[in-house]
Amino acid sequence: MDALMQFIFSGLTVGAVYALVALGFTIIYNASDVVNFAQGEFVMLGGMITVFTFEAGLPLPLAALIAIFVTSAVGVALNKLAIEPARGAPVVSLIIITIGASIFIRGAAQIVFDKQLHRLPSFSGDEPIHMLGATILPQSLWVIGGALLVFVGLYLFFTRTLTGKAVLATANNRLAAQLVGINTGFMMTLSFALSAAIGALAGVLVTPITLVGYDIGVALALKGFAAAMLGGMGNPKGALAGGLLLGLFEALTAGYISSQYKEAVAFIVILAVLFVMPQGIFGEKKTERV
Amino acid sequence: MLTVEGLRSAYGRIEVLHGLDLEVKSGEIVTVVGANGAGKTTLLKCLSGTQPVTAGEVHFRGDRLTTVPAFKRLKRGLSQSPEGRQIFTNLSVEENLRLGAFLFTDDRVERDMEDAFEMFPILREKRNLAAGGLSGGQQQMLAIARALMGRPHCLLLDEPSMGLAPLLVAQIFDVVTLLRKRDVTVLLVEQNAFGALRIADRGYVMETGRITMSGVSGDLIADPRIREAYLGL
Repeated sequence: MDALMQFIFSGLTVGAVYALVALGFTIIYNASDVVNFAQGEFVMLGGMITVFTFEAGLPLPLAALIAIFVTSAVGVALNKLAIEPARGAPVVSLIIITIGASIFIRGAAQIVFDKQLHRLPSFSGDEPIHMLGATILPQSLWVIGGALLVFVGLYLFFTRTLTGKAVLATANNRLAAQLVGINTGFMMTLSFALSAAIGALAGVLVTPITLVGYDIGVALALKGFAAAMLGGMGNPKGALAGGLLLGLFEALTAGYISSQYKEAVAFIVILAVLFVMPQGIFGEKKTERV
Repeated sequence: MLTVEGLRSAYGRIEVLHGLDLEVKSGEIVTVVGANGAGKTTLLKCLSGTQPVTAGEVHFRGDRLTTVPAFKRLKRGLSQSPEGRQIFTNLSVEENLRLGAFLFTDDRVERDMEDAFEMFPILREKRNLAAGGLSGGQQQMLAIARALMGRPHCLLLDEPSMGLAPLLVAQIFDVVTLLRKRDVTVLLVEQNAFGALRIADRGYVMETGRITMSGVSGDLIADPRIREAYLGL
């Protein structure tokens, strides 16, 4: 029983990171129907930039802020330099562009930073907290809390604010969005900036636990994608639930079957979702009259 | 209020508008009628800025509009209810209306929405449902109501009667005549020439990218050429 609780804690921690990546997917997908496979690179950049500015002597909170800001700028640049010039191209082409961008960012990070793994000190010490017969690291609480906070913020953004609805409208019908006075180009830029910032935040929060290196983005993007698919692409609720569930599946597989199979869980989830319920847990079935 | 001079537009290398001149005065209902493929929708798209203009000028309320990007034209007072309705299918009816007033955050938004529900009571009934589930006629009502939420001085209506049952067509045309009382100038593009000319003050007849006739609606309806070509009389 204690072991189970321990697996659940570690599953929730990893799951919260997947949820943050999936939430990043959600925003760009909502604005443009594009799945941004460079989302994992945003996480890497968040971690790496924080590590390097922190080691240069800046206080950690400031280093984290700089990392989030710079990563947002990278997100905006990705939109302006790679996605916007290809406007009108099919969504599949845009997705391939994001894969290219992710390879480019990874290569650039290798040159700008280095090929080592780095870590950050935990925000609130390394003293494990005893809870329900198991232990959890304070940093895990930071990660889980961060994911919940971002989720609530995004949920309110998309359901309560006019700007959030304008982002949804831009994705649903770009022509009509322009006709009601929405600057659709700005909405795209905004969603890339927001998405990159959330990715970077995930990187900052998780680096004290999992370490960061230039190549951590690929696996995170794939798992975040699996999480978003599981929950239902485009739905913040789905991203959160999908992320946490995927983390739990992984931890339980590692705990009860073998840690060697852990990495396969995400792929099994993708296949299962595609076969059984392509719209995901919270995804809406598309009903439209023409 | 709206003047178009020598307007040309092309899809790739194929020119579809060959120099149009057109004028809409404040308070008028003006219609552009013509067969399918005459370029009526392209004309409206040029006016709303969603189709590039290759030559000619568009002026609206004294300002040159030709190069103003589409999303800034509503702020100038020009609103469009586009062909094929183009509502936000995955948002609710109410959210569609709210986004119609995207530029505004004052109290009038509430009142305008009430007005829209008065005008189209069925929309009030379905206000919380996804707009994609509405029937064709209801979607058309929503598209017009959304365009009005932007507080236009001039409303561009593209084929509002397309694909609707005769009873609904009459209802939509009734609403258009009501706009006169609200000081909204209307430019109505229609294949249903008879219905459009009956409610309009003036009309233009368009054929393959050119204006071939224009005049007071009554005269156009009485013109034997028009009766034969468009009214089937």
